[in-house]
Amino acid sequence: MAKRIEVSDLNIYYGDFLAVEGVNVAIEPRSITALIGPSGCGKSTFLRSLNRMHEVIPGARVEGKVVMDGQDLYGADVDPVDVRRHVGMVFQRPNPFPTMSIYENVLAGNRLNSRRMKKSEADDVVERSLRGANLWNEVKDRLDRPGSGLSGGQQQRLCIARAIAVEPDVLLMDEPCSALDPISTLAIEDLMTELKDRFTIVIVTHNMQQAARVSESTGFFNLNGVGQPGRLIEFNPTEKIFSNPDQKATEDYISGRFG
Amino acid sequence: MTATKAPSEPRSQRAVRRPGDRIFAGSAKASGIFILLVLAGVAAFLVSEAVPALTAPAEDVPGGEGLGAYVAPLVLGTLLGAVLALLVATPLAVGIALYTTYYAPRRVATGMGYVIDLLAAIPSVVYGFWGLAVLAPALVPLHVWAADTLGFLPFFAGPASTSGRTMLTVGLVLAVMILPIISAISREVFSQAPALHREAALALGATRWEMIRMAVLPYGKSGVIGGAMLGLGRALGETMAVAIVLSGGAGATLNLISSSNPSTIASNIALRFPEATGLGINTLIASGLVLFVITLAVNMLARWIVNRRADFSGAN
Repeated sequence: MAKRIEVSDLNIYYGDFLAVEGVNVAIEPRSITALIGPSGCGKSTFLRSLNRMHEVIPGARVEGKVVMDGQDLYGADVDPVDVRRHVGMVFQRPNPFPTMSIYENVLAGNRLNSRRMKKSEADDVVERSLRGANLWNEVKDRLDRPGSGLSGGQQQRLCIARAIAVEPDVLLMDEPCSALDPISTLAIEDLMTELKDRFTIVIVTHNMQQAARVSESTGFFNLNGVGQPGRLIEFNPTEKIFSNPDQKATEDYISGRFG
Repeated sequence: MTATKAPSEPRSQRAVRRPGDRIFAGSAKASGIFILLVLAGVAAFLVSEAVPALTAPAEDVPGGEGLGAYVAPLVLGTLLGAVLALLVATPLAVGIALYTTYYAPRRVATGMGYVIDLLAAIPSVVYGFWGLAVLAPALVPLHVWAADTLGFLPFFAGPASTSGRTMLTVGLVLAVMILPIISAISREVFSQAPALHREAALALGATRWEMIRMAVLPYGKSGVIGGAMLGLGRALGETMAVAIVLSGGAGATLNLISSSNPSTIASNIALRFPEATGLGINTLIASGLVLFVITLAVNMLARWIVNRRADFSGAN
């Protein structure tokens, strides 16, 4: 299931603007990799390049290689739709489909694969995914209600359930807790720790305690100034990044000193 | 909400009312009341002028068989033409709106938007003459074909008209006329489908069409229905184009392609009003009242459809 991702010489553009430059990194399976850095440094852009969501924006493109278990995601014959079916994503703001019930939301991805599903099979997927997202007990009696009626934290866990329902290889999370209160955040962090046994998880976060709490490896992105491309400054085990980083810039950022 | 609601409470706080707020609230309320007054005025006029026709003995009403027998074919003709127009125009308009918002390159989309909107600016008299001079003769072969192959349906029972001045042609002219209304409104709502939900669909591995089905169409559904109802309203009330194209005046029939068609309420009023006198005028106004009621009912139905699943609309 979980897969290793190797990124080499990745340049990411918006039109002519080089947003992220020269990323080389290997992301290990069955672990959580955190990406930290100041706003606008390109960590979300980099994350979105891992499931080819970056190119959804008009003019956006990528140079370089992203290899997942030997296959280049940007190869000429690779369909971005297929990539996204294997690399799930959870967004900053919870985005369950407002026109669907909780039940239908969980199954949204499975329905896309257009496989005919028996009712019992669908029920199983819904229960398994919602249990996996620690949401089952809270919503099992109202599966036919709209997902938008849930609290923000519940909605985000519903989105996680929707992402894991299709059994992806990799789960990308773009600041999944930044719109949530501390209790919901804790629930999601616990959930991530459970999920890493089955998935490769990459999370972008502004919360350095969160990165320190949940991740095995951490990457620090930074940029030299406005209009300059973002770079991956340092990638190391989380423990090392937060105690004894190789780069001075990393240490400055983590300790709150900039400049 | 404000202190005026609970004046007896001793510690009620008086909300500060700024003059700007008061002026705006007042003018908004006045506009709301004004539109209701206009509506009530029209309804009162229609009812009061229609009463003589409603109470007259059946043999005095034009046609000699009472108001019901006079209005029924007109109602049928009105509904036939308008529903046909809606059935043709709505899918086409939704397709145009989706193409301009999600498929066409931006330059093409803008240009197309202008051209479609231009359709709405053409006067209905022009549509009428176009329908009569161009579309009707061009559609004669279609009439013949429909009578030959689909003749088992009551709508295409034939015999096919040789002039093309039929309910089918009217429906198609009306469809072109309401196309810009429906497509403009659909385009607006489709372009506002939240990026959040579009990205959610794409990230699950949706193709563009699947993304549209999951995140755009459900979001835009109520807007499309609203646009369709506006279009239906125009089709129901369209006068000139129908009066010019249709050779109407025959009794009630579902046959869309024969040369004997029921007229529509609005075109019947326009054609008969100049020569009508006395009770004839009251009868025409009574038919106008019927049209008013139909339009109202259609709009209420549409609103009910839109609100039925309000929980799932995404507005909460």
